[in-house]
Amino acid sequence: MAQVDFKGKTFDVDEDGFILDYNQFCDEWIEYVKDQEGIDEMTDEHKLVIKVLQEYYEKNGIAPMVRVLSKLTKFKLKHIYELFPSGPGKGACKMAGLPKPTGCV
Amino acid sequence: MKHETPLLNQLESGPWPSFVSDLKQQAEVRAKNEENIEFQIPVDAVEDLLGVLELSYVDGTTHWKHGGIVGVFGYGGGVIGRYCDQPQNFPGVAHFHTMRVAQPGGKYYTAEYLRDLCDLWDLRGSGITNMHGSTGDIIFIGTTTPQLEEVFYELTHKFNQDLGGSGSNLRTPADCIGSSRCEYACYDTQALCYDLTQEYQDELHRPAFPYKFKFKFDGCPNGCVASIARSDLSFIGTWKDEIRIDQEAVQAYIGGEMPPNAGAHSGRDWGAFDIQKEVIALCPSDCMKYEGGKLEINNKECVRCMHCINVMPRALRIGNDRGCSILAGAKAPILDGAQMGSLLIPFIKVEEPYDEIKEVIENVWDWWMEEGKNRERLGELIKRQGLQKLLEVTGVTPDARHVQEPRSNPYIFWKEEEVEGGWDRDIDEYRKHHQR
Repeated sequence: MAQVDFKGKTFDVDEDGFILDYNQFCDEWIEYVKDQEGIDEMTDEHKLVIKVLQEYYEKNGIAPMVRVLSKLTKFKLKHIYELFPSGPGKGACKMAGLPKPTGCV
Repeated sequence: MKHETPLLNQLESGPWPSFVSDLKQQAEVRAKNEENIEFQIPVDAVEDLLGVLELSYVDGTTHWKHGGIVGVFGYGGGVIGRYCDQPQNFPGVAHFHTMRVAQPGGKYYTAEYLRDLCDLWDLRGSGITNMHGSTGDIIFIGTTTPQLEEVFYELTHKFNQDLGGSGSNLRTPADCIGSSRCEYACYDTQALCYDLTQEYQDELHRPAFPYKFKFKFDGCPNGCVASIARSDLSFIGTWKDEIRIDQEAVQAYIGGEMPPNAGAHSGRDWGAFDIQKEVIALCPSDCMKYEGGKLEINNKECVRCMHCINVMPRALRIGNDRGCSILAGAKAPILDGAQMGSLLIPFIKVEEPYDEIKEVIENVWDWWMEEGKNRERLGELIKRQGLQKLLEVTGVTPDARHVQEPRSNPYIFWKEEEVEGGWDRDIDEYRKHHQR
């Protein structure tokens, strides 16, 4: 476990750069993750993906399946990769402050 | 060596090639660095790997942390992140990620290609590999996060080489050596494996499935890549016409001029070859006979198990009308029990550009991607929704070959349109004829 200080905020993160506590999420976190994840500028589409992920997580306690994310955002998987080059798991979920994907990856 | 490894040292004795000796050799090569390589990960990574493994031998538990999410931009898989849970004691393996590299069909290599890969991995990784992972990939074992993009850049730009698959996607397909060095191959496994790997690159690199999905290609029912047990869609070569018999060669086997099974049992004296006992009587469908010096096969009853061909490869050959069977649903036990592939398509031609085969694949995916639950393998979806549903979505007409035996319970579903009058019934109408 490590701590990251960014613009006056402190985040507890793991080796992969995921925040350990969803409650630490704030707009500064987005700004901090942006560069690591190969994103030049946050657009409304980025924000929509983040919003959808967070709403789904808050309601269901898990991240949505890729197919569900596509349906909710109406973005094809290809477009999600255009927005988040690391993909929906490592890119978007990390930025949204969701827990690290697990299982056979 | 940096760490004492008394337990591991015991594995240096005995005749089998010792992975411990090999790792120690690699540790020494890195320590000496006679080629003046500017190692991009700790020089003592291999020594620390031996150290952490020794610790696991001592306390009987793993020392890798849970999970790990790393990768390269553009892909959702291909790299398995791993971190040591004793990074202070073993800093060389604090990061120890595994990279999966797509392997060529049948795993044929040139020294030049392998040397290039080794040069890259010596510089940017531990120099340790797994040749190969069970799914088929070349496995680079052990590097740090900052090196991932570097390795990926060099693989793609210098060696024209891509990563393999990991995560909930199409994993790296693998094949038996097929017609490259086997007279039993009923189709070109390497050609089909390569073509489908290229066709579905997107599905391989960017996870879009409910769970993992594997293809494997066996040239014949011998199953040298074990597709029936280790792939969600298994392609197994077969033929439709007659087994070709060379009666003279049959006589050569009977006369003892040719060893049965190409000499596979020559390590022990099993007596003279007895065609009756070793072939005819062992045929599962009892469709062979040897009379008057002539071997005959009732091909209509042959199930193409390969036994007679395996025993007398010089005398019996696969038919000329060739193709493959497609079986679906193999998986390991988690969650609801192990499965092997179930026959879906008894026979399909294997001809470029493989459109018929791709149609089957895509129909299966359309169904599973829509209906599959999170982390539900195809085999489990088939159990949950029924083989009938799989047949419907693939447009396959049910036939006797789809089952080993008919069901024994009578819980049979009918579709409403199959039943005269449908399901909407009026109880009052019933009461007119049957008092309460």
